[in-house]
Amino acid sequence: MSDRPVVLDLRGITKQFPGVLANDHIDFDLRAGEIHALLGENGAGKSTLMNVLYGLYHPDEGEIVIQGDPVRIHSPKEAIERGIGMVHQHFMLIPVMTVAENIVLATEPRQAGVLLDYASARRRVQDLAAQFNFAIDPEARVENITVGQQQRVEILKALYRRADILILDEPTAVLTPQEAQELFGILRGLTREGMSIIFISHKLNEVLEIADRITVLRRGKRVETLPAAGATEEGLARLMVGREVLLRVEKSEAKPVDPLLEVEDLQVLDDRGLEAVRGVSLQVRAGEIVGIAGVDGNGQTELVEALTGLRQVRAGEFRVAGRRLAGSSTHRILESGIGHIPEDRQRRGLVLEFTLAENLAFHEFDKPPNSRLGWLRPGRLISRARKLIQEFDVRGGGPQTPARSLSGGNQQKLVVAREVANDPRVLIAAQPTRGLDVGAIEYVHRRLVEERDEGRAVLFVSLELDEILSLSDRILVMYEGEIVGEYGPGASEQELGVAMLGGTRDEEAVA
Amino acid sequence: MTSGPTVQQPGAAAPDPESLSAAERLARWQQAGGLVAPVITAVLAFLVGGLVVLATGSNPIEVYKGIWNGTGLDWFYRVGSHEVGLPFSDATVWFPWDTASPAAENLQQTLLLTSTLILTGLAVAFAFRCGLFNIGGQGQYFVGAYFAIWIGSSFAEMSSFLHIVLALVAAALAGAVWAGIAGILKATVGAHEVITTIMLNWVAYYVGLYLFGQGGPLQNELQPFSPTSNVVVEGARLPVFWGDPLLQGLHVGLFVALGALVAFWAIINRTTLGYEVRAVGFNPEAARYGGISVARNYFLAMAIAGVFAGLAGAIDMLGWRFSIGFSDIQSSTIGFVGIAVALLGRNTALGVGLSALVFGALVNGSATRNIPADVFEIPEQAGNLSLTIQALVLLFIGADLVILYLWAKAGQKLHVGRGSPL
Repeated sequence: MSDRPVVLDLRGITKQFPGVLANDHIDFDLRAGEIHALLGENGAGKSTLMNVLYGLYHPDEGEIVIQGDPVRIHSPKEAIERGIGMVHQHFMLIPVMTVAENIVLATEPRQAGVLLDYASARRRVQDLAAQFNFAIDPEARVENITVGQQQRVEILKALYRRADILILDEPTAVLTPQEAQELFGILRGLTREGMSIIFISHKLNEVLEIADRITVLRRGKRVETLPAAGATEEGLARLMVGREVLLRVEKSEAKPVDPLLEVEDLQVLDDRGLEAVRGVSLQVRAGEIVGIAGVDGNGQTELVEALTGLRQVRAGEFRVAGRRLAGSSTHRILESGIGHIPEDRQRRGLVLEFTLAENLAFHEFDKPPNSRLGWLRPGRLISRARKLIQEFDVRGGGPQTPARSLSGGNQQKLVVAREVANDPRVLIAAQPTRGLDVGAIEYVHRRLVEERDEGRAVLFVSLELDEILSLSDRILVMYEGEIVGEYGPGASEQELGVAMLGGTRDEEAVA
Repeated sequence: MTSGPTVQQPGAAAPDPESLSAAERLARWQQAGGLVAPVITAVLAFLVGGLVVLATGSNPIEVYKGIWNGTGLDWFYRVGSHEVGLPFSDATVWFPWDTASPAAENLQQTLLLTSTLILTGLAVAFAFRCGLFNIGGQGQYFVGAYFAIWIGSSFAEMSSFLHIVLALVAAALAGAVWAGIAGILKATVGAHEVITTIMLNWVAYYVGLYLFGQGGPLQNELQPFSPTSNVVVEGARLPVFWGDPLLQGLHVGLFVALGALVAFWAIINRTTLGYEVRAVGFNPEAARYGGISVARNYFLAMAIAGVFAGLAGAIDMLGWRFSIGFSDIQSSTIGFVGIAVALLGRNTALGVGLSALVFGALVNGSATRNIPADVFEIPEQAGNLSLTIQALVLLFIGADLVILYLWAKAGQKLHVGRGSPL
């Protein structure tokens, strides 16, 4: 690998924002046909570095050398001309247009100078897809294809523009584990065709799986560049965070007591009116974490929404500490002692325009002492917020800062703080670590275990198997709206994986 | 493996210098943009309006000078040595401004319009804070006006204070009910408020034509052939505190409007209701998740918006119009101007107050009598310049995003792809 020619060399890149040195003399080189991962926590400077390369920022110091030529890149257009393609975390596609139209956009083949030559656009896209072995229909509208396929459209877009250096910004953040595996397959194929890939991520396992070399950034500095072979998750985590990180959750044996959440034969419909939850029964006892494993879209979301009053219960019952709640309003359910860390903290968990104090008051603003006779008492909200911010170690702002300006990890801490401060008997955490970096994940995990030890019943939904395995005291596997198996904490990833795909539907727990 | 700098970090997650700074920048940018963008909007509108005047072959500076003096805002810097009467007595004291000059009269007219525009602007702004677009200010203004006329022209024997309060309350409730209909439809069956409020505007319009038209139940009893209402009795008229009561002096409705501004601010920022309204307005999904009833807030926000618009109708009727006729109903647009007021004022109390003053001054200042005679061949067309500028302001508000975008770009490509909302 090390004998291959260097196609891209970033030398001493420095980018200063007022008050922050976002990139501090960073060296980074990319060799032909390799996947070079750029690893670091949120805010470590990964995106800044790539934006410098892509012409969105101009570096204060340092130089960019492509194929041996020192270049200055002033705009994404120039970057594209130099063969650099970037796939952003949030896709830049036009939903109502077809795949082919999106790919040829801005460089579309024309008829008579002004008309789109759609037939040849489609043909070129077809050829391209065939050349790189992409399964994609050029005629499909982008709004009708899956997120994984949309990502492939973005990659094809870069290839169409003759990129030979591809930058992928957190490409797996939006993908299911299966889609991520497919993506990795595609990337390996691309490197065989001679493409060189920069893979930005903060997920250790996937970096180890896909990359040839790994460069770790921390607080704007390059910490180390090392070959992926021989590296370990623990070692990378230490480089990233700058201290020892517990990747495995430390917890004592669960001492479950009485059941606090009892679900009986619950049936729930999804948005299209189809049965998403088909007769689920489960119990969560005080002092235990019950993990629900499953591939995304097997009814987990609908189950959680039903238990929190956000989705109508079609049939069945659920109780919190003996109180029947099916059909109750969200307000009443929350009052009855359910805390809910939602799947999507930005869409649902927070009002991003609200300040931290206002967000923290979400369940409490209409109760004394936070308000009296309908009048808010902002002083109380702020002093309460100050206490919680300290207790839950929320960083990046004070009580009066808008939630939008916090990093993802701190936003999640804010949600956790609010839900736990409400002193719930049952805590439902739906994918609580999605999109978080190592340090924040460690925090959320530790906090969930602490809440368990406080005597709360914790229902934990995750798509990440290793997380389910390390955190749960009991594991339920959900498949096509049903619980298809129950496992102890010692279950193997293998048997859970089989169950998640419906393999043990009729068998009982093996563990 | 440990060749990197060994900075020991105290907590679980590292503080995030890059996003911290971005946050600060974003906040600063929003603050600046929040003030600067509306000002740029207004200035651009006047510039382009000036080009229109230039195209007609006249001098835009002369025209704008005429408009400015017509607004009465020149009153503030025309200082000298004058006297002003103290309220409730015959005594006078020295005062730097002449309270009876022509400029003073112009200013009174500007403030009359401003009062009404504050209220119709708040009607739009309050609904907006709940994520609703209330196009129905005009209809809510009408029903408020009808009730104010009805009560104000009845009960001639009633004590003045009670009569006024009764008429104001009735008009406010009528506005609340009218807007509340749209709120209930939105909350229960999800009917879009833009559609329903527009339809309710027309219903209010035709109800007015029926009520006050010939043979209508509330048509003027003394003039059976005139399609107009009865006249508000003396006791129900709002006291004039500046200027000639017989020549549209400035009435106490101004204080109703200023009180409404304070109430708006307090409800939005200091009550649990305002908290819920804002939560629903920013993110209904999060509000629902937090146990806040979205439907209830849709209804309440519309009803409160209707209160403001209904009061606007009432202070116009009880303050200076005193009757309402066919032609008044057909030509009234003050509810719609309220939309522009709210948008330019960014749906905040202070912003609505200031932008109501801008629009009030603009409408009054560009009245025919204030524009130099040579600008337009037909003098009546002069008022069109006012409409042109109003339309331009609306257009530029639409372009607000572009202005904000350019503003953000001027801040040297700050946070492409991260903090920028565009």
